Amino acid sequence: MTLIKTSYGRRSFLKTSALASGGLVVGFSWLASCNPSTKDVAKMPKEWFEINGYLKIGDNGLATIMSPNPEIGQNVKTSMPMIVAEELDIDWDHVIVEQAPLNTAIFTRQLAGGSESIMHGWDGLRMAGATAREMLKQAAAQQWEVPISEVTTDRGIISHKATNRTMGYGEVASLAASLPVPKEVELKSYDEFKIIGNSTRNVDGLKLVTGKPLFGIDQYQEGMLIAMIVAPPAFGLKLKSYDDAKARSMPGVKDIFTINTYESVKGKSMFDVDAFPELIVVVGNTTWEVMQAKKAIEAQWEPFEDYQENFTGFSGQNIISQNVPAGRENSEDHYKIMEAMSLKASKIARKDGDPETAFKDAAKIIERSYTAPFLSHSTMEPMNFFADVTSDKAILSGPVQTPEFMEKSAAERLGLPLHKVELNMTRQGGGFGRRLYGHFVVEAGVISQKTKSPIKLIYTREDDMTFGTYRPAYHARYRAALDKDNNLVGFHVRAGGIPESPLFANRFPAGAVDNYLAETWDVPSNITVGAFRAPRSNFIAGVEQAFLDEVAEEAGKDPIDFRLELFERAKNNPVGESNDYDPNRYAGVLELAREKSGWGRESTEGVYRGVSAYYCHNSYVANILDMVIENDQPVVKKVYAIVDCGIVVNPIAAINMVEGGTVDGIGNAMYGGLVFKDGAPIQNNFDRYRLIRHKESPKEIEVHFVDNSEHPTGLGEPPFPPVMGALANALYKATGQRHYDQPFITNKKVIG
Amino acid sequence: MATFNLTINGESRQVDVDPSTPMLWVLRDHFKLVGTKFGCGIAQCGACTIHISDVAVRSCQLPVSAVGEQEITTIEGLSENGDHPVQKAWLEQDVPQCGYCQAGQIMSASALLKANPNPSDEEIDQAMDGNICRCGTYLRIKKAIKTASSTI
Repeated sequence: MTLIKTSYGRRSFLKTSALASGGLVVGFSWLASCNPSTKDVAKMPKEWFEINGYLKIGDNGLATIMSPNPEIGQNVKTSMPMIVAEELDIDWDHVIVEQAPLNTAIFTRQLAGGSESIMHGWDGLRMAGATAREMLKQAAAQQWEVPISEVTTDRGIISHKATNRTMGYGEVASLAASLPVPKEVELKSYDEFKIIGNSTRNVDGLKLVTGKPLFGIDQYQEGMLIAMIVAPPAFGLKLKSYDDAKARSMPGVKDIFTINTYESVKGKSMFDVDAFPELIVVVGNTTWEVMQAKKAIEAQWEPFEDYQENFTGFSGQNIISQNVPAGRENSEDHYKIMEAMSLKASKIARKDGDPETAFKDAAKIIERSYTAPFLSHSTMEPMNFFADVTSDKAILSGPVQTPEFMEKSAAERLGLPLHKVELNMTRQGGGFGRRLYGHFVVEAGVISQKTKSPIKLIYTREDDMTFGTYRPAYHARYRAALDKDNNLVGFHVRAGGIPESPLFANRFPAGAVDNYLAETWDVPSNITVGAFRAPRSNFIAGVEQAFLDEVAEEAGKDPIDFRLELFERAKNNPVGESNDYDPNRYAGVLELAREKSGWGRESTEGVYRGVSAYYCHNSYVANILDMVIENDQPVVKKVYAIVDCGIVVNPIAAINMVEGGTVDGIGNAMYGGLVFKDGAPIQNNFDRYRLIRHKESPKEIEVHFVDNSEHPTGLGEPPFPPVMGALANALYKATGQRHYDQPFITNKKVIG
Repeated sequence: MATFNLTINGESRQVDVDPSTPMLWVLRDHFKLVGTKFGCGIAQCGACTIHISDVAVRSCQLPVSAVGEQEITTIEGLSENGDHPVQKAWLEQDVPQCGYCQAGQIMSASALLKANPNPSDEEIDQAMDGNICRCGTYLRIKKAIKTASSTI
């Protein structure tokens, strides 16, 4: 046990009775109306007692635990309550999980981003459970008139051994709820965990496989109308005029009008990125009718002039100023611009030693450049949101990764004080970063305010794919200098993108090479971009790991040995001071990958291996990828994924995340790409935009976690970037050709 | 507008809509059967998969007027208590991440197993290739299909 003070994050443990707005009231009744069976109802307690903002205990000993963060498929709705339940010391079978609404008075950082839900939630969630357990013990001690130090708990049962008495949590829940919050509580030690580290199945599993309404797009309220948008068909265009005469006469159509989403909003945050602020809106009775009317609108569009946009950064302190140029851009031009930029000296982000001399004196110089296209997030559930705005109140509900930010934007736009805006989170059909940018939340609010009725805004797939905050297009040029003994003596990366650079100047191999130069550049664009699963790492990891593979080959070294040599240098005598990685944990996953895959011992004919390792979003991942050639096509036979993310809360779900990230990495590197012509993406649906499918998935993924008791970190993003490097390296072994431009294989044969 | 008499999950239902309305929107908007999902609208992602006379069909491209007297089964009607072997296998393998595509995956998988109770890997790939999972749960889907296959 560890004794900790509850003063840390103490506001989370304020008595819920003080929360007038009812922080524990969840969603709409339709969300709860998932037809509970009579068996379920019989199990429900007659009365609940709220111990703190995270949990309540029923008179029969059941516990309801709130899951504070948005659920986008990363499984926090199961894993975050597991952490509370662990410290509460209750049997998981006696836990009911509910999605919390946005409530900044109780919860902190209700955001899905940066793979940080567990990392940041860990302490607060444990304390919520431990505090409740302490209060239950206190209540039992009072009732039995014994010192609390003699009272113990085990899976929801409180005991006093000396007098051989026991009772369930439910029996003292009422008294516990009335007690003051203790000043100190005990936390379990790593080896005392019973729930954390045990595979626990998805709390929404049964509802998902039986088709219950869980998602934003499933929402319904009596009198609700359907709203859809018509946005400019290309970046660089804005609305000039439109004719809706035909559309207005179509069945089911209620109204057609334009909105300016961010009109009157002064303090836009970085999550208010919005390519098309002026939209035509169609409102009607049913989705199909509105879809038909939307197609019947005849709109004229015109080019816009250059303009400047200012956003506040994540902290709310810094201002990001962006130049939005006029014009209709083409991918073909982008590649030419990126190539030209990569040949010019750029802004130096980091310099160690004397790279110029190192390259001048080198025995061998290896120089390669890499590109990747814009990517569409393409969450399976298209953007959508529900809004019911009246003169004094707004209820907003749906899938968004940044509820706190979007509630503020919506309140300002709707002219309502923040406390008059209620934001509820539904389960989200994928996020991948797209739903960080919640212009659709504000749009839904404005549409509801204008129509004076509850509405559900739905994007078609085409709307979703052409109204992106895409992964930027990237370019990286690398140079490596080897001395006559094939030691890496100089390393130079010059990376940039449209409109954002993917460079991380302080990441490996910075710190492992005496003479190091990192340069960065970017070129403005009016194509809106945003975070895409492991932003920037999702490009730079793969290309860096492919480049190091080539350098190792030129140096005549085994690619794993070559990397480990560099980590040895970083461990024993690091260059520079701000290196952004722990070389021990980095080398650790690589060594484990070598061991688990039998690297160097394998000799299966026709199986080609590639390796990579990367650190991002606080976790370390190494991959070994085995490729075979079948019918002249590369097939990923097996991937080993070795992960160090500290304590693993829920192994079955953690493995799922690693498998998914691996499949996604292979998919995007092989097939992903959004190509622009005259400002519009050529691909606007899944007939042309390629996502990886069943047949193309690796046949096997073997996942291992480094067993340690480090503070848990994230898994949503880290397994995604490195596999692209392992894939590129295996592809080279299998085909004899290096692949420098993603996607590697879209509609092309690589061999023959 | 026209009136259509449909058999959905064993029940007779009536709806008055434009004949071109896809079954997807009839199910979702008119009958509040929202387990069938909208993904692409052009039969490329499989999220809207339902059974028409036990065969997997993309409901976003199926006009209500084309259904006639054929039996429609949606995810809500696959079993009474979520205990169809495919649903049970999905839970056992803990397949879903975001879960949005899974109703469609389950409908494709259950139609496959109905027609072919012991599919090979290639036959599974073939039958499931029209169902995209953006989260990349393909390996678990395949495992779950094999688990279900072994219990049928």
